Amino acid sequence: MDRRTAIRTAGTALALGAGLLETACSPFASAAEREKAKLDWEEYFQGNFRLMSDDEKRATVERLERSHQIRTGENINVSVTEPRKGVLYGYAFNVSKCRGYMDCVRACQAENNQDRRSGMAYIRIHEHENGQLNFEHANDDFFHEVPAAGHFYMGTQCFHCQNPPCVDVCPVKATWMEPDGIVVVDYNWCIGCRYCMAACPYDARRFNWADPVVPVDELNANQHYLGNRLRKKGVVEKCTFCIQRSREGRQPACVEACPTGARIFGNLLDPDSEIRWVLANKKVFRLKEDLGTEPKFWYFMD
Amino acid sequence: MTPWKQFLRDGLEEVLHGSRKYHLWMAALTFCMLAGAWAYSVQMREGLIVTGMHDHVSWGLYISNFTFLVGVAAAAVILVMPTYVLNDYDFARAVLIGEAMAVAALVMALGFVVVDVGGPARMWHLVLFNWPSSLLCWDIIVLNVYLLLNFSIPLYLLYSRYAGQEPNKKIYVPLVLLSILWAVSLHLVTAFLYAGLPARPFWHTALMGPRFLATAFTAGPALMILVLSQIRRNTRFEVRPATIEKLALVVTVAAQVCLVMLASELFTEFYRSTHHGASARYLYFGLEGHSRLVPWIWTAIAMNVVATAILTVHRWRKRGALLETGCALLFIGILIEKGVGTIIPGFIPEPWGKVHEYVPSLIEVLVSLGIWAAGCFIFTVLAKIAIPIELGERRAG
Repeated sequence: MDRRTAIRTAGTALALGAGLLETACSPFASAAEREKAKLDWEEYFQGNFRLMSDDEKRATVERLERSHQIRTGENINVSVTEPRKGVLYGYAFNVSKCRGYMDCVRACQAENNQDRRSGMAYIRIHEHENGQLNFEHANDDFFHEVPAAGHFYMGTQCFHCQNPPCVDVCPVKATWMEPDGIVVVDYNWCIGCRYCMAACPYDARRFNWADPVVPVDELNANQHYLGNRLRKKGVVEKCTFCIQRSREGRQPACVEACPTGARIFGNLLDPDSEIRWVLANKKVFRLKEDLGTEPKFWYFMD
Repeated sequence: MTPWKQFLRDGLEEVLHGSRKYHLWMAALTFCMLAGAWAYSVQMREGLIVTGMHDHVSWGLYISNFTFLVGVAAAAVILVMPTYVLNDYDFARAVLIGEAMAVAALVMALGFVVVDVGGPARMWHLVLFNWPSSLLCWDIIVLNVYLLLNFSIPLYLLYSRYAGQEPNKKIYVPLVLLSILWAVSLHLVTAFLYAGLPARPFWHTALMGPRFLATAFTAGPALMILVLSQIRRNTRFEVRPATIEKLALVVTVAAQVCLVMLASELFTEFYRSTHHGASARYLYFGLEGHSRLVPWIWTAIAMNVVATAILTVHRWRKRGALLETGCALLFIGILIEKGVGTIIPGFIPEPWGKVHEYVPSLIEVLVSLGIWAAGCFIFTVLAKIAIPIELGERRAG
């Protein structure tokens, strides 16, 4: 028996046993309560997403959808859309165009169901004074009219490194790079040790220090298992290039929201893509290249 | 009754009976553990939000304590090596105590990792072990094997003595040799956990491993001297002056090496200070008006310097009270320097240069206190069982 089968068998056995125990112990609970408890147990013992068969993936998201329905009475749609063949995503940021409006930050929060209580954001906009490019001296907490005279703006987020240090350090293989280059987290598998946060040189990862809160009327119901589905407390999350959108052939929310066109996203393997045009025709640079992380996120100027 | 059963029953009896002082000590520890358990239950319910940690300083007091305690555990080897390998019997009596200390320190270290994790119930996910890529997996292996070694070797020796048998050298000598190698790798691996992260320039230095070993071999034996003095005062267990003297020599040399390494670090960080020296500037002098760690680190350095000076003078080192003062200063000094003084500045400033400080919360302090109490509890139990057997007061039959 290989490890994968062993884990699955053990998981099923435990879930079955626990289910029996749970049913036997709570004769007075309502049917909905019982179903909720059963779903929770099954979710607890579910395997790592990367090792699931297609059937298991389907069962897993159905469980998530049903569980959400029982809890809130609302419907969500969790997809498991696979990476497209021949696609490797990359991102370019036009420093000349960004004016610090922060529409990308707000769109990202609305799209990705981040915790509203802590105001979690994947994107940081740094306001630099003209004449220097030193992040230590930049202001990433500005609250004034933009663009401020004599300043320019740069956004940082997860750079989806091709050689990601965060993935190497994870003790349980809860985070990995997908074939289309997106670095993802299985929120159900993450144990919350935060080693990946220590390993990331770009401040890309966020932790759910408490149970995240997203008001029902603000919830984005179009979700992806590896993307914007609701997280629990005690797990790490991050930018996924809006995997729920990009894998359907759409642009990430930040790109769509940017009013100045400073953000460019596309397929690095497609010679006709806009991102390839930028790489071929602009003088591009990346941040902290000396660390060898190979970010798939470039900056350029007009 | 089989001898093993009798051994366990006698052990239990030994733990349950003792002087009034013993019971008061154990009651105080139990109280601290309960306070810690309550604090942890709050943390479990609310999440790690009840700690002082945040997205910028994502490891705090827990991981600082973990790092320090791994060092204390590794230091048990200082006692084991001369006894078994060099046939220096001065250390022999202290070895069992040293190994009990290692067990207690390891349990505390593992405890600090568990309370730091966001989803402890999901730790069974370690079935998908990311070895050899993740240093955390290496650390889990070395910690648990070391715990097993330090538990089973003394158990075997004690049981043999209890049963009146000569311990079989073919069984324990290879295990002892393994544990010596293991102790060094244990602490190196823990250092590599941090040194392997280029994202944090403060940790990304080749000095990390050797410095961890030097501080461990200072703080561990220093604690050992303090504990042995207490045991000598409170039990009939005889600790020869030669044992203490040799331990004191180990502490002295290690403390001197620590100061050399500190000087080396300060020079490299400050002679031509670069962008990568920002964490050190924050730690030693404060950055952009933020200086919460500054008084702590200078207190620690002052303690270490004073203690090293005391121990370096032969005449002073040989005086019991001065020796114990020096050891206490070193233990606390290194706890600060190697705990919060090493882990927290790694995160400050954060990768884009901003300073977000960290202050542990009361919950965090209580949980830590609970774990320390648990460690003291475990050590007391182990020593209470070991001492009468070692003295020959408890025997099979």
